[in-house]
Amino acid sequence: MAFDNAYEALADAHDDARWAFGTGFDNPLSGVDTTVPSGVDGEDLAQYCLMLGDDALVLSHRLQQWCTRAPELEDEVAIANIGLDLLGQARLLLARTGRADGSGRGEDHYAYFRGEHEFRNVRLAEREHADFAQLVATVLVLTTWRLAVFQRLQASADPVLAAIAQKGVNELTYHRDYAAQWVVRLGDGTETSHARTVAAFDEVWPLVAELFEPHDVERRLDGVAVDPAEVRAEFDDVLAQVLSAATLETPVVPAKAGVAGGKGRNGRHTEQMGYLLAELQSVARAYPEATW
Amino acid sequence: MTGEWPLYEVFVRGKRGLNHVHVGSLRAADDDMALHHARDLYTRRNEGVSIWVVKAADIAASSPDEKDPFFAPSADKVYRHPTFYEIPENVPHM
Repeated sequence: MAFDNAYEALADAHDDARWAFGTGFDNPLSGVDTTVPSGVDGEDLAQYCLMLGDDALVLSHRLQQWCTRAPELEDEVAIANIGLDLLGQARLLLARTGRADGSGRGEDHYAYFRGEHEFRNVRLAEREHADFAQLVATVLVLTTWRLAVFQRLQASADPVLAAIAQKGVNELTYHRDYAAQWVVRLGDGTETSHARTVAAFDEVWPLVAELFEPHDVERRLDGVAVDPAEVRAEFDDVLAQVLSAATLETPVVPAKAGVAGGKGRNGRHTEQMGYLLAELQSVARAYPEATW
Repeated sequence: MTGEWPLYEVFVRGKRGLNHVHVGSLRAADDDMALHHARDLYTRRNEGVSIWVVKAADIAASSPDEKDPFFAPSADKVYRHPTFYEIPENVPHM
C-alpha cells in the first residue's frame, strides 16, 4: 500500500480479491489450466469431483425448494444465498469432472442427463426437510462435515481441486454459522421449538455415519482426496459444542443401512431422490437443445 | 401483528468508502440475527467491509414539523460553505 498520500491509506484501496476461476458463464473453469497432474488417475479424480459436486448440487436443490416457503423474508434470502453458494461449488466440481475424465462434457451433462444410480451424493443431501428445524439440522451436519473436508482439501495434489476448496471454505464457514445459530435458537427456545429440533436431529442422525465411510475412490486418491474418516473427530467436537449450547443431546439412533451393500456414494439412493431429480431435470430433458 | 420481529436499520461501509451509509432496513429477533440478515440482504454483491445495525426504535430523529425552525436559518449563510478554497487534486472524498 502506498503511504505517500495519507488519503489513499485512509481509503483502504487495497484489494486482495483474487480471480481464482474463469469468468466465462458457460464454463466456470474457462481460462484455468485443467491438466490432470501426473501420477493422478483421471477417472478416479473425476469420480471424486462428482461425489463432492453431487453433494452440493442436490443439497442446493433442497434449499431452493424453500424459496417462497421460508418463515421470514430475511431467512428466505439467507437460504437462497446458501443454495447459490453450493450451486457455484457444484458447477466448478462438475466442470472439473468433465475435464478430468477426458470426455470434455460440460456441467449440464452431469446435472441433467444422468440417472439416479449415477449420482454419487451422500443420502443426507437428498433428504427432504419436513420443517425448518430439519432444514437447519441438515445444513449444520452437512456443512460442518464439508467444511472439515474442504479445509484439508486445500492441500490437495490437484491444484484445481485445492483452489475450489479454498473458495468454498469461506462460504461453508458462513453456512455452518447460519445453521448453528438457528439450532441454538430453536433448541434453547420454546417447548415446541425444542421438541421439534430434537425430532429433527433424530431424523437426520441415521444418515450421519455414511458421511465418514471412505469410498474406494477416496482410498486410491492418496494426497488428492481427503479420507472422510479423518474428519470425524472434528465433526463430533463442533456438533457437541452446538448441541450443548442448544440444550440438546447427541441422538442415539442406529445408522440407516444401505441397499445391497451400497449407499449414496455407490449410487444407491433413497426413494425421495427420484422425485428430486424429476424436478431438477425435467425441463432440460424436455427441451434438450435449450440454452440458458 | 404481535410477535413480529423488531425493525432494524442497516448501515454499510463500502470497500472504498470512509463512512457507513444507510442502505435499508430489515426485521430480526436480536442484534446477532440482524447482522446476519444484513449480510445476506445488503452485501450480496460485494458491497461492504463493515456493517452496523441499530434498532429503528433506538434512533432519535428530528420531526418533520420542526423542519423550518431546524434547517431554514442556515439557508442564507453562504459564508459557512468552504467554497472559496481551491482543493488540491490529490485529495479525494471532498
